[in-house]
Amino acid sequence: MAALEELEREYEKAKRDRKFQVRLEELLRTYAGRPTPLFLARRLTEKLGGAKIYLKREDLLHTGAHKINNCLGQGLLVERMGKHRVIAETGAGQHGVATATVCALLGFECVVYMGTEDMRRQELNVFRMRLLGAEVRGVSSGSRTLKDAINEAMRDWVTNVRTTHYLLGSVLGAHPYPTMVRDFHRVIGREARAQILKAEGKLPAAIIACVGGGSNSIGIFYEFLKDKKVQLIGVEAGGRGEALGDHAARFRGGSPGVLQGTYSYVLQDSAGQIALTHSVSAGLDYPSIGPEHAALRDAGRAEYVPASDAEALEATTLLARTEGIIPALESAHAVAEVVKRAPRMKKSDIVIVNVSGRGDKDIGIMRENLKID
Amino acid sequence: MPLTFYKKPALVAYVTCGDPDLATTREIVLAAIEAGAEVIELGVPFSDPVADGPVIQRASERALRHGTSLGQVLTLAAEIRQHAQSTGLIIFSYLNPILRMGMEKFCKVARAAGLDGALVTDLPVEEAGEYLRAMHEHELAPVFLAAPTSPDERLRMITEASRGFVYAVSRTGVTGARQQLADDARKLVRRLRRVTRLPIALGFGISTAEQFAEVGEFADAVVVGSAIVETIERNRGREAAAVGEFVRKLSAISRQSLRGGD
Repeated sequence: MAALEELEREYEKAKRDRKFQVRLEELLRTYAGRPTPLFLARRLTEKLGGAKIYLKREDLLHTGAHKINNCLGQGLLVERMGKHRVIAETGAGQHGVATATVCALLGFECVVYMGTEDMRRQELNVFRMRLLGAEVRGVSSGSRTLKDAINEAMRDWVTNVRTTHYLLGSVLGAHPYPTMVRDFHRVIGREARAQILKAEGKLPAAIIACVGGGSNSIGIFYEFLKDKKVQLIGVEAGGRGEALGDHAARFRGGSPGVLQGTYSYVLQDSAGQIALTHSVSAGLDYPSIGPEHAALRDAGRAEYVPASDAEALEATTLLARTEGIIPALESAHAVAEVVKRAPRMKKSDIVIVNVSGRGDKDIGIMRENLKID
Repeated sequence: MPLTFYKKPALVAYVTCGDPDLATTREIVLAAIEAGAEVIELGVPFSDPVADGPVIQRASERALRHGTSLGQVLTLAAEIRQHAQSTGLIIFSYLNPILRMGMEKFCKVARAAGLDGALVTDLPVEEAGEYLRAMHEHELAPVFLAAPTSPDERLRMITEASRGFVYAVSRTGVTGARQQLADDARKLVRRLRRVTRLPIALGFGISTAEQFAEVGEFADAVVVGSAIVETIERNRGREAAAVGEFVRKLSAISRQSLRGGD
């Protein structure tokens, strides 16, 4: 608790500190590659024959996904707190790579916890982290995925809390993490809102983003919350079926509960034990969801739908062949939803899809599943 | 009141219920009481035990493999109570199984089973309003963890909300045996004495008779958990006897004394 309070205090101070903000903006621009483009996907639009589709290109950022926004923000906080050791959890490896990158940039010792099942699925990212100087520690308890990596990172943190910062990668965990991580990703929505107004002179009818913990989606949703006419759609991992254990669709199969310090929707059994999950995409393979998404859903402000493994893989091929963009399997879930939804929308409607990451890390899994060579 | 420490130091014994099975847990607990344990913490296994080290994680996995649930642990508590009228019995659980059962129902069933209190590891006192109301209503003692990193103000909140005793965590980190007791422990107990008259039990990392004696010099009770769970793990087929021997060795060091009377 004391460490969380220290973090909250430091974060509140940093938010009001002009120098901190200027430094963060500069790193986002000169190092990460912001602003990211908002790209009109003409051929995909034509092919689906409905709403006009724009892609927010977070996949073009340094390290290949939106995760770097939050890592740079928290990295500068670590500097302010005078800590020198950073730990993180990672699912798909994108957050681990972004954390290892920022630690190299700012000169911190870095340990990344990763489920051994995810290490197998994302071996390229494991190597990238090691190349960047991070130590990757495999976690072989439970489902050997993101949830278990978070458990292990939390154990490390409570043991070494005096010297170590836990660089949590999603809008999960205890306060202030969900709020702070969201704030570092709000830049996605801020840019997208200005970009679409400039390009089209009006707001989109819908925004679609994938939701694991929910950081990229809350990042793009947040600036549009007050624009009540903009539909916000989060896409969860529908996995390979509807039975408990075969998916990670918390709003379809979950119920309120507490996991890792967060009260939200949780996939669990009748005795309150946390369920195993499945998704082709490691980054969505998590039994709970950021609490702000639960609130948005209960308030009816955002809608959450599942996309299956097969739909995500199909959407990957479609986007690759219509626009020359290979999305991360996480982001492919958002693309899968636009494939279903755009044809039902008016041609005058605009929809923005957040392409939160690029697919390089998933090439092995795509190759296994798509059987095109 | 069963949540009273008569010996100095008193021994608080933790077991993960359902490891290896519930019938054996019952025998283990009765053997520990027979050997001198004054309070028993009945651990409810959880799929994601973030506050626990590898020993209790493994025990939880074993217990969950055959579906040990909070409901079953409460039934076990009622059975143990029939055989042990004067022993303190508390539930040691993560929050989610309790939420799933419902706070109100949990307290009602716990009370009816003859439990004295509960410790919910991942429920910080700051978020405990509803829990505290339900616990008080059913005359159950809420026990909270106090850590060396907790500032004085937080120690005050923790002790004000706690009944029966306060559980002081000897060092930062998760459960599990350690070679050396941190200086942290002594300092924390001193800080707690300044804000409370409740007895203080010290836990996390205590596994030997020497450590037990050392802690007895400054705390009222000692919690032994992972060392007992490890004894169970290592003595397949004779768990209860092995735990009895281990507890007897530790509690031989304790002296009979009324609380605060030395």
